Amino acid sequence: MWLNQSTLEIKQVRMLDSTGELDAQQLAITATEKQLMDMYSYMVRSRIFDDFALRFQRQGRIGTYASIRGQEAAQVGSAFALSSHDWIYPSYREVAASFVHGMTMTQQFTLLMGKLPLKQQAKLPIFPVQIIIAAQLLHAVGGAWSSKYKSEQSISVGYMGDGGTSEGDFHEALNIAGVHKLPVIFFIQNNQWAISTPIHQQTASKTIAQKALAYGIEGIQVDGNDVIAVFEVMKLAIAKARHNEPVLIEAFTYRQEAHTTADDATKYRQDQEVENWLAKDPIARCESYLVAQGLWSTKQQEKLIATSEKAVQEAFDAANAVARTTLEQVADVVYAKELNSRG
Amino acid sequence: MAKMTLLQSIRLALIQAMEVDETVLCIGQDIAQNGGVFRVTEGLLEQFGQMRIVDAPIAESAIVGTAVGLATRGLRPIAEIQFFGFIYQAMDQLASQAARLHTRSNGELTVPLVVRSPYGGGIQAPEMHSDSLEALFMHTPGLYIVVPSTPRDAKGLLAAAINNPNPVLFLEPMKLYRSLIEEVPVDYYEIPLGRANTVIEGQDLTIISYGAIMPTVLEVVKQASYSIEVLDLRTIAPLDLEAIYRSVNKTGRVIIVHEAVKTAGVGAEIAANIAENCLYALHAPIMRVTGQHSPYPVSTVEAYWLPNNESIMQAIETVMADEGGG
Repeated sequence: MWLNQSTLEIKQVRMLDSTGELDAQQLAITATEKQLMDMYSYMVRSRIFDDFALRFQRQGRIGTYASIRGQEAAQVGSAFALSSHDWIYPSYREVAASFVHGMTMTQQFTLLMGKLPLKQQAKLPIFPVQIIIAAQLLHAVGGAWSSKYKSEQSISVGYMGDGGTSEGDFHEALNIAGVHKLPVIFFIQNNQWAISTPIHQQTASKTIAQKALAYGIEGIQVDGNDVIAVFEVMKLAIAKARHNEPVLIEAFTYRQEAHTTADDATKYRQDQEVENWLAKDPIARCESYLVAQGLWSTKQQEKLIATSEKAVQEAFDAANAVARTTLEQVADVVYAKELNSRG
Repeated sequence: MAKMTLLQSIRLALIQAMEVDETVLCIGQDIAQNGGVFRVTEGLLEQFGQMRIVDAPIAESAIVGTAVGLATRGLRPIAEIQFFGFIYQAMDQLASQAARLHTRSNGELTVPLVVRSPYGGGIQAPEMHSDSLEALFMHTPGLYIVVPSTPRDAKGLLAAAINNPNPVLFLEPMKLYRSLIEEVPVDYYEIPLGRANTVIEGQDLTIISYGAIMPTVLEVVKQASYSIEVLDLRTIAPLDLEAIYRSVNKTGRVIIVHEAVKTAGVGAEIAANIAENCLYALHAPIMRVTGQHSPYPVSTVEAYWLPNNESIMQAIETVMADEGGG
């Protein structure tokens, strides 16, 4: 008689096991070999960016930085499945997803240096990062609504973490998307921690995926450290969203670093837990698979690392060369003088 | 010209905006079939259809947040918050999101959003329905705040608000929705935002006010035996400081009247600006007649809580009796 979550059967979608072997294959792999190698390259480049960013922050050369280490597969796999005219509405931890969707590393460094965004890059279908947890999901809903209103093919993706599922805006966004049947995907990276609050203190729900049910939309849980699974699940989600069926994806992953450079995770998190998750690292897993498939060699790996390091350094130098924002610029940009027609 | 109530003139402004621009749509609670709890949007569903007149779930943050998403993607949403006292629920989406997106995007995203909301007291409504919270948003860079006090102004100001590329909070004095009737031009016109209206010219004293309390102010001024200049601000963000200074420099005496509580209110901001810019023109201390510093009260005392004929007249006598410093 009572609805009870213990009766829900929620099966996490996984294609590769933690060693990179093909797991109980729940979905067909539609990604081409080139797409697999591109996604892998994006993951490696994002991690190198992350390493550099952490170092630059410690050197005082950029401001507070929220590491994406451990979440590369969730971000790259999801964004890689999108078309260039689709919109993403990121949180502050969507560095890799933003790169895949066209943001340059120079733009990312410019923002991290505390400068106003570069104008040209701000024209991309990437909503500006805002800090209030879950608020961007409503913007994604509005963006999706605009697409539907104008009969455009574009969909919107609201990115968020597990902590945000406690916020009112998360529930209001899912609710309104369900009621109005909007072309939107809620992509929730459950990285197990919201600063120091573990997921079991965030919610009594067994999964985040099941929260979709309360709003009459579909939900799914995917192994967020398996880039192939994330990509394939996202493709299915996109197909639904393009037909005005909103969906929620829970990407089950892990934040390997502290919350931000201003945080010390050793204060609240056990080393053993971190080590267990390092063994499930998304990049190592994908690399093992590619090598086993004969798609990737040591030589390619060396080249990828070398070119990525060079590109990150060049992006940093370019951002450094961007003039400091002036008070006059800030005063001038508060109010719009005319309409910018977007979307 | 046609005789119209404030409610009718607002409705006509909405209709005219929607007729010429397909990107304009309305979203709010009970606005479609029901025509809004005050019936402002009555008939719009029939004329424009359910894609453009949309009932929203009871979620103020979602209404404004979704409208922000719509506005940044090429549409011109007009969101309705059923009563302004409920605006706290949407505070973040208005103040942290709508107001800041143009800055955050370095000018690449505009937010042509109008948030309409009935506000003000004197109608014996339940708690939280009558609050005047405009100062909270005046404190927020990036927003326009418009508060009409007549049917004619409301139509022209709403047209300008819808056409403005910035987020505009449009506060509708609900006490005046049906009580004020005047001749209003039927054709489309705009009244520019950010300009005060000198309703009555005078020499002895300037009264600065806006919105729901304006008719009370004008009634008192008619009875007073002084030459009083009355400024209707129409827009409180941005403030028309030039008009204020011009008048104060002429009269040397100022009273500010608003329904909102005095502390850190619109009147405080105006008084500080006058003190910074026209102090030596003053013949008497600046006075404020406002709601008292308590939550908006139960209905049995609201007539005394609000500025009223007696309290405004008393302020006039006090300011006029002052002989000036020296």
